[in-house]
Amino acid sequence: MSGVLETHDLTMRFGGVVAVNNVNFSLQESELRCLIGPNGAGKSTFFKCLLGQYRMNHENGRVLIRGNDVTGWNTFEIVRLGIGVKTQVPSVMNGLTVQENLWLSSRRIHGWHGASGAVAEVARELQIEDLLRRTVGELSHGQRQVVEIGIVLVQRPWLLLLDEPAAGMTGDEVERLIGIIRRINQTASIIIVDHDMEFVRMLGSTVTVFHQGSILVEGPAEQVLNDPAVREVYIGNRAE
Amino acid sequence: MMNWPSVDRINWGWFLLAVGIFALLPLVFDTHTATLLIIWALFALSLGIMWGFAGLLSFGHAAYFGLGAYTYAVAVINIGESTLPFLLSLLVPAIVAAIIGGMAFYGRISDVYLGVITLVVTLILFKFMSATAGDIYKIGSARLGGFNGMPGFHTLNVPGYPDISLWGWPTYYISASSLLLSYLVCRWILARTFGRVLIGIRENEERCELLGYNVAAYKTGIFSVSAAMAGLAGCLFANWAEIVTPSVFSLGQAVEVLIWVIVGGLGTLIGPILGAMALGYVKLLLGEQTVIDNSLILGALLIAVVLGLPNGVVPAIRRIWNAARLKLRRRVSEGSTRRTLNASSQVNR
Repeated sequence: MSGVLETHDLTMRFGGVVAVNNVNFSLQESELRCLIGPNGAGKSTFFKCLLGQYRMNHENGRVLIRGNDVTGWNTFEIVRLGIGVKTQVPSVMNGLTVQENLWLSSRRIHGWHGASGAVAEVARELQIEDLLRRTVGELSHGQRQVVEIGIVLVQRPWLLLLDEPAAGMTGDEVERLIGIIRRINQTASIIIVDHDMEFVRMLGSTVTVFHQGSILVEGPAEQVLNDPAVREVYIGNRAE
Repeated sequence: MMNWPSVDRINWGWFLLAVGIFALLPLVFDTHTATLLIIWALFALSLGIMWGFAGLLSFGHAAYFGLGAYTYAVAVINIGESTLPFLLSLLVPAIVAAIIGGMAFYGRISDVYLGVITLVVTLILFKFMSATAGDIYKIGSARLGGFNGMPGFHTLNVPGYPDISLWGWPTYYISASSLLLSYLVCRWILARTFGRVLIGIRENEERCELLGYNVAAYKTGIFSVSAAMAGLAGCLFANWAEIVTPSVFSLGQAVEVLIWVIVGGLGTLIGPILGAMALGYVKLLLGEQTVIDNSLILGALLIAVVLGLPNGVVPAIRRIWNAARLKLRRRVSEGSTRRTLNASSQVNR
């Protein structure tokens, strides 16, 4: 079965370092997938390859999104296929208010007249209505994470790429986030990169483990997290 | 539609006041001086919208100012009537900027390199124009004239009537109208999606790209609009001076406009205008003395402002003004609460 997102022999080298090594990956419609792995495993590089943030050609393999070969496309062109992206460090517009951040995102999808309505809806959904007039730079790390998730959600993407969405959030915020992710997952496919094993366990999705630029193992969360090979490369490394 | 308090507000009262001030400015200064100050203000505004709102720093904005001046001079000598040359003086810098900007932005050149490239383009134009003294350097019937420049071209005329020249106070009012109109155009741009995306790009270019905006296209667009405005200022300068020389591309010209914008206040439209007019006037006053070099004084002023008011003069004034208004409002509100409490206690008695 062909996936909504596929990579074929995806490879990315930086000089002599192979950051992503022949990765064949497939994500199905409405699937929730977590990518885990120790630091330097190649998760973020893989993420950036999917988004065209590195210059690529077919020598680097192929990236297919809903059948479109997007290898070599610009980031904005790939995103316009209906992809929402949350980066590892909150990528927000710090000098603008929360409302302005959300509006800029909303405007491209919902038009000049529909943008504000969509902003209000997402603010209500994420319970950040009281933050709307605050400048984003003044907010806490966790609040900025929520704002960035709002920026992503307001575009109503069918594929979400979330890089460490729960980092810096309080317990309550994480629980709310899991609820939101599950709700979105009813209509959208989601890839989550995260280090927090408890968070990954709570999501209970299929997990792909990266190690030295390649996929080490894939499978249900409980099975993968108890896999001795995974414990060796990931949990073992962290324990040290 | 959602308002963006940072860019949407246009206080028409203040704008009309500015119209009144510009209308009466020739009564304070002589028309010649007032016109020059207005032209410099327009030049600073052209850089201010690009640098302050899109975060694009061009070290060589003088290139477009000079291109506007030369384009007007060359075209008016060949055509003999000023309407088309006037329009070309906006169009040519805009096209050149679109080409340079397009190559830089689509080539993903970083902002620092953009600054260097624009500066180099300006210096090349300065060197080239200075070396065009020979007879071979002609465009149509217009000789470029090398270091001595191009004198003796027709100044602006009433459109369609080449014999009715506009000179003196009409040039002033054309310049003032151009500045006010450019200001309104800038306001309009900032209030539209285009302007808002530019502000987003200034704040976080990567995020704007991840939202699906073609960042390179937006940057090229504002680079071109800004160059057109600088070209307009150059055209008006050519009419004011009645001669165009390579000094319009000089390093001094390129640096001065940066100082005007920084001192006036980056990220505002009024800041570059006031910065250019105030510092421009200081420069004219200093030009009459020979005790100390002007650049030293302007440099010292810049350092003082950067250290004392890092955001520039206008944002500092705005901050003080807003704080004073807030304080006043609080006092009024406290006074009214006290009066209400007194009144209710008297009723209870």
